[in-house]
Amino acid sequence: MADPHVHDRLIDALGAQLAPVRRLRPPWLRTLGWLSVVAAIALALLAHYGSAPMLARWAGAPDLGWAGLGAVLTAIAAAWVAFALGVPGRRVAWAWLPLAPALLWIGASGLGCLRGWIAPATHVASAPEAGDCLFFIIGFSVPLSALLVVLLRRACPLRPVLTAMMVGLASAAASASLLEICHAYDAAATDLAMHALAVAVVVGANAALGGRLLAPGVRRAS
Amino acid sequence: MPGLTATGTLVLDERSSPWASVDPAVPADPASESPERRRAAWMAAAQAGDRRAYERVLADSVALIRAVARRQGVAHDHLDDVVQETLLTVHRVRHTYDPSRSYDAWLSALAARRAIDGLRRSGRQAHREVGDERAVAMHPDEQDASSESDRAQQARHLRAAIADLPPGQREAVEQLGLRELSLEEASARTGRSTGALKVNLHRALKALRGRIHGGD
Repeated sequence: MADPHVHDRLIDALGAQLAPVRRLRPPWLRTLGWLSVVAAIALALLAHYGSAPMLARWAGAPDLGWAGLGAVLTAIAAAWVAFALGVPGRRVAWAWLPLAPALLWIGASGLGCLRGWIAPATHVASAPEAGDCLFFIIGFSVPLSALLVVLLRRACPLRPVLTAMMVGLASAAASASLLEICHAYDAAATDLAMHALAVAVVVGANAALGGRLLAPGVRRAS
Repeated sequence: MPGLTATGTLVLDERSSPWASVDPAVPADPASESPERRRAAWMAAAQAGDRRAYERVLADSVALIRAVARRQGVAHDHLDDVVQETLLTVHRVRHTYDPSRSYDAWLSALAARRAIDGLRRSGRQAHREVGDERAVAMHPDEQDASSESDRAQQARHLRAAIADLPPGQREAVEQLGLRELSLEEASARTGRSTGALKVNLHRALKALRGRIHGGD
């Protein structure tokens, strides 16, 4: 039988160092904080481009609207999961939460490619235009990912790589949602491939770099 | 602020306790609560700076950490290492505990992580030890048996020499030399300053050198 008092000295030392702490805010609240920044960017883009072209595209080709909705829901779900995984004791199975909206996003985008007609107020993107989509998604994902990592700095993600992947997915999906505001191209295989490539790059880069950035929170106390 | 009754029982003030603010149904007397809810209430009070509640919740957590570590497959003689690592982690990330959620689930997740870290560390050590054995096998010595007994004797001498050290110096060798802890970790465990640990280690090594080389 182990001596129950063997750890008393450490407990005394930790008690002596105790100071009041500011509790981590709940994941939904921190998700709202991040989403408010995304919403501010969306408002700025809407002010610049107007909402009429986007609404005309959605009215003419509802699959584009469904794809946009899927991207928005994916961003919300992945951001919440990233914050939830930063709290020890939360179920890792929550990481599946963004799957359903992501399927809607991917499925509606893919179905759009099968249409035999071009959606109103759009044209099929040329290769350089599809390249612009790549830069747009990556360009917006970098600051949005950085913001999420900053918001997670006090958290304790016990699975830093999975958390970083969720950070990447949330940022990429939010960037794709923002792109929808000014995306005057119809769904097409080249454009969809560029979007998929951009999301993969953002998620992969976050997994590689973000995992390391988030890991200090779970390393041994030093 | 949570307070103590005359009998020393912790009573949380319902007006200021974060636990009470989350769930007003929680009774003020922890003695009537389940052990888990009592730990949750203590941790909530500890987050507000209540040292007595903190020490109680840490002491109460030891058995749970040991159980989690055992489930993860940690060997019996390494359980206390996992307990200490987990207690240090709890101290560092105590702000991530949400009193409206299970304290045991929060603690178990941290303990499981520290147990896996410990298993990985001992796995790496075992790997290095296998390497040493192979190296010995590849370079056979005619006096294998006698050199082995020599080594065993040297190890006995070293252990005896360490045991004879003054307590402070022995502690420094055990924590920094044998357990390979960082100065900060050893400081947290022993309650000594990092400066004192460094001085003690230096003196201990000097004394051991003198004892072993002097005895040759």
